[in-house]
Amino acid sequence: MAPRKAPAAASRKKQSAKSGLNGGITEFDKDTELEAYREMLLIRRFEEKAGQLYGMGFIGGFCHLYIGQEAVVVGMQMALKDGDQVITGYRDHGHMLATGMEARGVMAELTGRQGGYSRGKGGSMHMFSKEKHFYGGHGIVGAQVSLGTGLAFANRYRENDNVSVTYFGDGAANQGQVYESFNMAALWKLPVIYIIENNRYAMGTAVSRASAQTDFSKRGVSFGIPGHQVDGMDVRAVHAAAVEAVAHCRAGNGPIILEMMTYRYRGHSMSDPAKYRTKDEVQKMRSEQDPIEQVKARILELKHASEDDLKSIDKKVRDVVADSADFAQSDPEPDPSELYTDILL
Amino acid sequence: MPIDILMPALSPTMEEGTLSKWLKDEGDTVTAGDVIAEIETDKATMEVEAVEEGKIGKIVVPAGTENVKVNAVIAVLLEEGESTSDIGSSKPAEPAPAPAAQETPAAPEAPKAAAAPAAPVQNVAAADPAIPEGTEMVPTTVREALRDAMAEEMRGSGDVFVMGEEVAEYQGAYKITQGLLAEFGAKRVVDTPITEHGFAGIGVGAAMAGLRPIVEFMTFNFAMQAIDHIINSAAKTLYMSGGQMGAPIVFRGPNGAAARVGAQHSQCYAAWYSAIPGLKVVMPYSAADAKGLLKAAIRDPNPVVFLENEILYGQTFDVPKIDDFVLPIGKARIHKQGADVTIVSFGIGMSYAVKAVDELAGLGIDVELIDLRTIRPMDLPTVIESVKKTGRLVTVEEGYPQSSVGTEIATRVQQQAFDYLDAPIITIAGKDVPMPYAANLEKLALPNVGEIVEAVKAVTYTA
Repeated sequence: MAPRKAPAAASRKKQSAKSGLNGGITEFDKDTELEAYREMLLIRRFEEKAGQLYGMGFIGGFCHLYIGQEAVVVGMQMALKDGDQVITGYRDHGHMLATGMEARGVMAELTGRQGGYSRGKGGSMHMFSKEKHFYGGHGIVGAQVSLGTGLAFANRYRENDNVSVTYFGDGAANQGQVYESFNMAALWKLPVIYIIENNRYAMGTAVSRASAQTDFSKRGVSFGIPGHQVDGMDVRAVHAAAVEAVAHCRAGNGPIILEMMTYRYRGHSMSDPAKYRTKDEVQKMRSEQDPIEQVKARILELKHASEDDLKSIDKKVRDVVADSADFAQSDPEPDPSELYTDILL
Repeated sequence: MPIDILMPALSPTMEEGTLSKWLKDEGDTVTAGDVIAEIETDKATMEVEAVEEGKIGKIVVPAGTENVKVNAVIAVLLEEGESTSDIGSSKPAEPAPAPAAQETPAAPEAPKAAAAPAAPVQNVAAADPAIPEGTEMVPTTVREALRDAMAEEMRGSGDVFVMGEEVAEYQGAYKITQGLLAEFGAKRVVDTPITEHGFAGIGVGAAMAGLRPIVEFMTFNFAMQAIDHIINSAAKTLYMSGGQMGAPIVFRGPNGAAARVGAQHSQCYAAWYSAIPGLKVVMPYSAADAKGLLKAAIRDPNPVVFLENEILYGQTFDVPKIDDFVLPIGKARIHKQGADVTIVSFGIGMSYAVKAVDELAGLGIDVELIDLRTIRPMDLPTVIESVKKTGRLVTVEEGYPQSSVGTEIATRVQQQAFDYLDAPIITIAGKDVPMPYAANLEKLALPNVGEIVEAVKAVTYTA
């Protein structure tokens, strides 16, 4: 899904009494529900396929799947306009697809092929798209927070109204450079939305075992940065908060923090058995709060679409993913001459 | 068509595993995400999830089976409307058609390493611009030269800005940015908090967005806090993005020992940064080189580490009065031609070497002195040409001796000009100790002119 013009984002509202930043949700109209459904499903199916290709040996190294967290990027992206930048850490496939990057190019990068976004030289954690304003894809936990703040610095320097949407996890939120960046972003009123994707575990360490202050929305208090907790499993809540946060930044009010309460179903990476949490805990999230099932239930209840319609969407999504997987398996590896290219301009 | 469920690789190094337990039986329906089995990898017990929905038609590998190869069929899934009769006779494991797997279908091993292509031959950098006869030479301190370079480039492009601690209101901790705030304003001359890691990252982010930041470190010792962004974020992005996105940024500031500031403030980073592909590393000695190379660094589309020296800041050199005096990065400068022995140095090392050359002239030894100016990419051809002429080489630097710039030069010279050498190469560096504070010890820890003279006498077999 490509970022859209701001008016479209505004028109999808049916405002609830509470504001989006205070836990309010905005009901989606039919088209918006169906779009959210399709976009989240694309990420889900893509990640399932990536997991499968990893199991088959097509994808190597590290592979961090986004399954369970889809509502966060999809809800955020719906509130952005062309020119807004997105940057994140290593759990990044969902962000790429949400910014409109092609499934083929992402999957082929995962398999290390020449048709990948980084021509096979980046891998799962390192993809970029100038066209879609996606700035990576960073493997050092927390580094993207300073870099994303730098993107916001560039926006302010150029006096445009673009916003930098900087994603990081509850683990990265304990890195020192995050607070160095918060300080400068607040000092210089930089247009950056810090999205803390709190999926409860930094690799295998539960939030409560690593964080003295587990309410991450308060992590900006020392700098006067407003922060809000958002139900990251409900795409409407994410979108409502995103619309307000974007408006806050565009109006020149400086940074804002959104803590997205979310959950990853899979392990930290493909080789993580996830013994640090119970199966019941995972199963409960899946059965009660799944972001895709929530949208699906509403669509059916409100008769926005029939089961058959949804199956047909599912089929189309599967076709896109299958096509990307075929491409990613048949596309050649990069030419050996690529070894020495792109080191210096 | 029934779908084969394959033994998955669930770690970067797994080749085979044990199928410890089936959690679904034949006939059970599964949806995507359901855990169907447990396997033991080389690292842990892992759950195998169904990727498609359907009915387990057949379990091919029973629970408890050890050494099940990755990609072996472990079960067959039936889709809607299919029955067990649709299952073909048990097929052998389908090798993944990945190039890696073709050779060894069982495991995602690295492909047999084809010989790496030869590294491209380094283009010889352009020569210095000709200085027309009669050009006025203006005595200038290194400090002024650096400031002039930044000011000229900031006048030339609105995308260029300088950020760092005390660069604006204070006029620079070492007065390198003196006057810039008045001319360019606070938007382009940005005082930062004391937060190297953070502002280096912000600088790189701004560069990725297309601006041309000059990030000043009060000293490069403090850049240790920021080295992750210099290396992982700035130097590697162009490669990791397949050429889509880079970081045109200059990291500059004083490097190496000043005078009696102790171990944490007295370290040369030339060798450290010179090890990193994706960076350019410049270390000028004279004011003219400082000016011409800093202008080049600001224009360069790549990240440049620009290593200055506090002791050199106040020294005066002639700078040609030429509009837009830009020097090529990657080109050494022959400071003095000579026939008997080659000395290669750079930065503050040059001040020792220059004095030694004078002393050696008194002994009748004619030294060719090369100022490397750029550490990466290194102008080795100029060094090799000189060694072919003199047959003898001494290198001089202030950094630590192990894995120094000098040892790198020595390695490459013996590889490329072994037959021309008439004596072992001597590498002179700082001593292998943290910098002491006591005046006498500090002096001992640094290279000195006497050492260079002795080294040259040794390689020329002069009594």
